[in-house]
Amino acid sequence: MPTVSMTVNGKSVSADVEPRTLLVQYLREHLGLTGTHVGCDTSQCGACVVHVNGESAKSCTMLAMQAEGSDVSTIEGLADGDTLHPMQEAFRENHGLQCGFCTPGMVMSAIDLVRTNADPSEQEVREWLEGNLCRCTGYHNIVKSILAGAKAMAG
Amino acid sequence: MSESGIGAAVRRVEDKRFLTGRGNYTDDINQARQLYAWMLRSPHAHARLKSVDTAAAAGAPGVVAIFTGADMAADGVGGLPCGWQIHSKDGSPMHEPAHPPLAVDKVRHVGDQVAIVIAETKAQARDAAEMIAVDYDVLPAAIDMDAALAGATLVHDDVPNNMCFDWELGDKNATEAAFADAAHVVSIDVTNNRLIPNAMEPRAAIAQHDSSTGHYTLHTTTQNPHVIRLLMGAFVLQIPEHKLRIIARDVGGGFGSKIFHYAEEAILTWASAKVTQPIKWVAERSESFITDAHGRDHETHAELALDNDGKFLGLRVATKANIGAYLSTFGSSVPTYLYGTLLAGVYTTPAIYVEVKTVFTNTVPVDAYRGAGRPECTYLLERLVNKAARETGIDPVEIRQKNMIQADQFPYQTPVALQYDVGDYPAAFDTALRAADYAGFDARRAESESNGKQRGIGISTYIEACGIAPSAIAGALGARAGLYESAQVRVHPTGSVTVYTGTHSHGQGHETTFAQLVSESFGIPVENVEVSHGDTGEVQFGMGTYGSRSMAVGGPAILNACNKVIEKAKKIAAHILEASAEDIEFKDGKFTVSGTDRELAFGEVSLAAYVPHNYPIEELEPGLDENAFYDPLNFSFPAGCHICEVEVDPDTGVVDIVNFTAVDDVGRVINPMIVEGQVHGGVAQGIGQAMMEGCVYDDSGQLLTGSYMDYTMPRADDLPNLNVGTQSVMGASNPLEVKGVGEVGAIGSPPAVINAILNALAPLGVDDISMPATPARVWQAIQNA
Repeated sequence: MPTVSMTVNGKSVSADVEPRTLLVQYLREHLGLTGTHVGCDTSQCGACVVHVNGESAKSCTMLAMQAEGSDVSTIEGLADGDTLHPMQEAFRENHGLQCGFCTPGMVMSAIDLVRTNADPSEQEVREWLEGNLCRCTGYHNIVKSILAGAKAMAG
Repeated sequence: MSESGIGAAVRRVEDKRFLTGRGNYTDDINQARQLYAWMLRSPHAHARLKSVDTAAAAGAPGVVAIFTGADMAADGVGGLPCGWQIHSKDGSPMHEPAHPPLAVDKVRHVGDQVAIVIAETKAQARDAAEMIAVDYDVLPAAIDMDAALAGATLVHDDVPNNMCFDWELGDKNATEAAFADAAHVVSIDVTNNRLIPNAMEPRAAIAQHDSSTGHYTLHTTTQNPHVIRLLMGAFVLQIPEHKLRIIARDVGGGFGSKIFHYAEEAILTWASAKVTQPIKWVAERSESFITDAHGRDHETHAELALDNDGKFLGLRVATKANIGAYLSTFGSSVPTYLYGTLLAGVYTTPAIYVEVKTVFTNTVPVDAYRGAGRPECTYLLERLVNKAARETGIDPVEIRQKNMIQADQFPYQTPVALQYDVGDYPAAFDTALRAADYAGFDARRAESESNGKQRGIGISTYIEACGIAPSAIAGALGARAGLYESAQVRVHPTGSVTVYTGTHSHGQGHETTFAQLVSESFGIPVENVEVSHGDTGEVQFGMGTYGSRSMAVGGPAILNACNKVIEKAKKIAAHILEASAEDIEFKDGKFTVSGTDRELAFGEVSLAAYVPHNYPIEELEPGLDENAFYDPLNFSFPAGCHICEVEVDPDTGVVDIVNFTAVDDVGRVINPMIVEGQVHGGVAQGIGQAMMEGCVYDDSGQLLTGSYMDYTMPRADDLPNLNVGTQSVMGASNPLEVKGVGEVGAIGSPPAVINAILNALAPLGVDDISMPATPARVWQAIQNA
């Protein structure tokens, strides 16, 4: 089995994996980082979104070996100790989550939006979320959270 | 109101773990020596199983065991039971054909389980499953309900004409008489589209068996762990409760689809004793589409009789309800007592008669999905009322106001079994009309028209019966179990509290709202309260979460347990303060001797309850830990009015929801932030049903909408911001006076959306459209008009 090495949440990791191992399987099953979820098998739901070299990526659609040498960050790496990332805090403050299953992907996707667009409009947020499904919230409070999170990240 | 008590918008206790990736969903859990299962499923909708040859697969790398239906049958494993018995018009009980967890002689829908393959890895199990040779004798499939009722193809050989039951409710003669006297009769045919629930977390399970003790443990994605323990233990596998533990930690959404006892739970649990290692199974989304119970799927013809003034005289309803290939856990209750009993809606219609033919087909079982029966009822009524308005020339607002039950008519006995306890429908209706600026609509329509768009506004009122259920009434209606709820409130020595509830939270925020109840009762901060749910090894008993029952039935159980704690604590405080218990007052977390400044804090009394030096030991047991069971006296009846405003592009058929207003009477609001969130989510699912979602089978029973590429889920840019508010009437038949909020959005919204679209298209001559009103369907309706 080939060896794959990358940085995950600032830590160097390396493992022998079957070549067909998906990045999300590597994160969940090899590293125990179960915050990244799998909600579909067609890359539609976005529950598995992580950052690869700072950009959002669906980790169910990438082989672990494609992330060789990359800098990967997951939902587990966002908070600073007990202090939530401003986007996490905005979701908490604005009730942007219910069952929590889509939430890691939503938060990771939202942070990538703000990276590319520091002051998004409501419509821009809604369009950006085309790759993330939520069945609980009707998106109302997710959109509100992301707008508030963007402001907090700027501030 | 205290800072964290009833009515406060407390931020959710559970959020931090979800936001930091520390949730504990079933697939996040792994056991030592764990094996992986793959289910071999039927690719055919209907076939006889001539042979299942597992020999080659059994020798594949990593394979530990393969079992088929014959293996389970040889062990005497029972079928999956249905929890609700319905009787047909002629008094005969519904047909309950066998539902073996693994198919024995026939497969009856695409996705039916044929074999379980257990291997060292999931990939090995899946690879080996492809080596199983199944000889299917493919049969014609019964898919369309009319064709199924004709009976040429039988899903179950022992069910003639595929009719599970032919049920009725209401006074047929009185209804016929009402129609004989009518000035107008308005009729309608509506289809309530079949939906796929699609909780974002796919179902999953891990079963393990300890042969030294005989204990089984099943982690599973369920909304009601104790119900699974009861059904699977007593009816399927014959495992007594003390040897069977069901655990559902975090569950990623349910919406009804995770209520039911599914075959995989029984198969895994049974197989775990055979292989003596833990077994994990996680559904892929494509499996969820073909195995999670679907929702809705009604075809209805209905007629409304009116007098000359537009007063409703009678309602006659004939419905065909698809129940799928097997009776799922609550499948029979949905098109009957959760549907027909609500047909009065918020109106004074004096005579109602409904008959429902429930039909087996070669499709996935149909069962409760958010709203369950009540959305079907509301959609029918509110489409019919709008059509009546149109045909009689009475304004849709006026015809509703003219027929509404008035605030001074409660309790109100409907002609279809239920007695509404409290409500004020005209008040919520007026509030909604104002909030939606109904009066200003004509000006907005003119503006849209000047931009080449058709604008429409649609109204829906609704009522639902929640707080499932008053056990005696439910039993009289066919429920095979009472639907009590239980709670345990354990005060720890230093005054912190753990609450054990038999309800289950899978997004509803019970860890917060139930803590608020305790915070209010004991005058302690929510941080000092922890809510435990989802583990039959921790919680004494429960019936789970569905039917908007958690706060309406589970809440009073917690409240009653808190009151028992307070009563006992007063006696302890009285002893220490050398006063009479009758003289002890409890307020804001302090026990005080009336009229004095002598007091003890909550934590001082709890400490004395456990580690006392001075305790009335001859009169009172130590400890501060109380149980309560609660059975409601009646259902609760949330009601309200939803108003949708749309703009339609006649060139493309694209419908844009420009405003959506919901005013709901949900009774007492424990946490307004969570209540709003529940309404948002329900409305989104209702808009999804009205405009996007629809399950499609072809004639051979293949599911054509079997992925997110084919089944349209509402996305963020499909939906507007939602204008939601509550206008509650107190007095619901439970001590908290709560009514339930989980389902109102999905019930009230679909007819509001369709009525709005029809209102927009009326000038073009369109008078009917079916859900989902996709752009293609809207465009076609315009072309056909």
